[in-house]
Amino acid sequence: MPVKRVEKTPMPERDAVLRSHDFGEVNEGYGIAHAQFEAERCLRCQDAICIDGCPVRVPIPEFIHEVAKGDMRSAAEILRSSNPLPAVCGRVCPQEVQCEEQCSVGIRFKPVAIGYLERFVADWEMEQTDIDITANLSRDQKVAVIGSGPAGLVCAGELARLGYPVTIFEALHAPGGVLRYGIPEFRLPKDVLDWEIEQLKKLGVEIQCNIIIGKTITMDQIMGEMGFKAVFIGTGAGLPSFMGIPGENLNGVYSANEFLTRVNLMQANDFPNADTPVMVGKRVAVIGAGNTAMDTVRVALRVGAEQGLVVYRRSVQEMTARVEEHAHAIEEGVEFHWLTNPVEILGDEDGWVTGLRCVRMELGEPDDSGRARPVPIEGSEFVIPVDNVVLSIGNKPNPLLLQTTKGLEANKWGCLVVHDGSSETSKEHVFAGGDAVTGAATVILAAGAGKDAAAEIHEDLSALVQ
Amino acid sequence: MAKILEKRRLTPITQLYRVDAPLVAKAAKPGQFVILRVREGGERIPITIADYDREAGILTIVVQEVGTTTRYMGQLGVGDEILDLVGPLGMPLEIPVEGHVVGIGGGFGSAALLCLMRELRARGDTTTIINGARGKDLLILNEELTEVCDNLELCTDDGSAGFHGLVTDRLQQLIDGDGPGRPDSVVAIGPMPMMRAVTETTRGADIPTLVSLDPLMIDGTGMCGGCRVTVNNEVKFACVDGPFFDAHQVDFQEAVRRNKMYVKQEQDSKDRSECMKLAVGQD
Repeated sequence: MPVKRVEKTPMPERDAVLRSHDFGEVNEGYGIAHAQFEAERCLRCQDAICIDGCPVRVPIPEFIHEVAKGDMRSAAEILRSSNPLPAVCGRVCPQEVQCEEQCSVGIRFKPVAIGYLERFVADWEMEQTDIDITANLSRDQKVAVIGSGPAGLVCAGELARLGYPVTIFEALHAPGGVLRYGIPEFRLPKDVLDWEIEQLKKLGVEIQCNIIIGKTITMDQIMGEMGFKAVFIGTGAGLPSFMGIPGENLNGVYSANEFLTRVNLMQANDFPNADTPVMVGKRVAVIGAGNTAMDTVRVALRVGAEQGLVVYRRSVQEMTARVEEHAHAIEEGVEFHWLTNPVEILGDEDGWVTGLRCVRMELGEPDDSGRARPVPIEGSEFVIPVDNVVLSIGNKPNPLLLQTTKGLEANKWGCLVVHDGSSETSKEHVFAGGDAVTGAATVILAAGAGKDAAAEIHEDLSALVQ
Repeated sequence: MAKILEKRRLTPITQLYRVDAPLVAKAAKPGQFVILRVREGGERIPITIADYDREAGILTIVVQEVGTTTRYMGQLGVGDEILDLVGPLGMPLEIPVEGHVVGIGGGFGSAALLCLMRELRARGDTTTIINGARGKDLLILNEELTEVCDNLELCTDDGSAGFHGLVTDRLQQLIDGDGPGRPDSVVAIGPMPMMRAVTETTRGADIPTLVSLDPLMIDGTGMCGGCRVTVNNEVKFACVDGPFFDAHQVDFQEAVRRNKMYVKQEQDSKDRSECMKLAVGQD
């Protein structure tokens, strides 16, 4: 029987002072006792609306019930059958606005910690040596997946499970997309990502790195001489936006993409053992207040900054970062400058950053996004002394594929156009999903799009066979 | 992985490599580049494509050993694999005005003129190469360059081979009608001071000129924005919009400054790789 307890079983976390100087994981994960204790809180609703909140529709009460019973093997099977990346999603999904927001326990109490339980089950599975995944590629229609981020990995995993031989093409030298270059080690350890990718390879998914579709080979080659019958485009949103304010090309200014890539992909935190450096002064200002901004400022602390600052033109209510990430940043000593809009980056005579000229803002009427529009307060300009500025104000989809692929339509923001409610692009047998379609969003929405696309590709290719 | 099929020393610090990279060789066009990485934990560095043999699937690159990665590269031999090689990246070069095209190569930059001048000549342009270096021993690829253009002009600062003077001095003579005569377009690839000097030489004569910028890069696909340069007061990403730009619109001062951002770290890293090399040598 479900047990009534008001509070979630807390996630064990590493001490903020200690952790803010290394890249070890912040959340330590539930032990079996925590997990079973928390799993007892699930009401096992007949009409489990929590599932509606999940983009990949994990059968949540079913796997939690197995955890409560102590049958972790069954829990892992249930989880994996619906989500090819459970160890990733258990760590980086914003559960508080998805499954946990729907949770019936949450009406009166704190919702069941679905995310923590998902992570627990995936981590348990990672430790087992006797779980054997084998490939069963029973079909002969080959599918190409472009990009090995969350959308591409999930799509490939689902298709391999359905029996299709799948090849993922990745532009960088290592797979994972934003999971590799964007999300730092302390939120998603790279060995967890490597393990998830290893499971997909066991299913028969092939990954070819260092191949850029649109440059190394074209879409026409993929669907022509290379013999792929369908393509999924999961190229993400990897083109960083800049503000267009003076001083953005000064030395010491980064896009969040560059800053994070230097550390996460190129291991600049290990310079000079690794060969790529990152330039961090005493005070690092990050502009923006999304999850990427939180990752960036916390990475800055870990690679030597004495003070990390977040500068955002709106207020804390409009911040798009997860509550947990914001809380972790506060614990680690990050300084938040709300309602502060940068208007110029200042530099010395040698072209190095010295400060950020800002103007104070107040909130006005709601804008197109429904959030209160920040309006500058006249005469309120001031300078924050900083040594680095990192812009984390969003990304647009990468245009490389579009430039060389005829018949692929995009909208004015460069996002691929898909038919309403589907993943079909304007090109036959070509599907797309994730940030390449929606613009920058979350890992789990991309994963959901990859899963939906896999089902559509299956339908499309099945029709070809008949 | 790309296997090294052939390796040839051109100068004490410059080597030519022919590597097995069929997909890149097949897709490559003049003006494009590759990004390579030679060891785990290594940097990704951009290297201009010097030449390609589409049928044989072979790519030619010329690498000057100036930093950590290029020095590690120099230690690889025939039969070794380059850990990662991706490309072709960047936009293929488009010559602004057809007719008499003068390609100016300084130091190891001349290598990139191989495929470019061959293709221009094949489409009917008159092609001149000014191959410049400080002295005779640093002039590279004279034989190969002779084969791909109509006129090869050699220039050395010390007069040890060809014209005694800077490439821009010889360029000025051409503009004034000497030798193969006034260029309709100029393409310059080489050290930044040389490209700046060429730019100033052609600016007054109003000759359309392209230069190849080599900012720091990581991914080479537009993802990091580290390679941003200002051209005609607009910010461009050299990796996807370049690497060739209208020379008369380039903010060289900014480009030079940005390239010096990691001078200290680069030196530390180089010293360290040198020490490690010595340590290995002692074993």
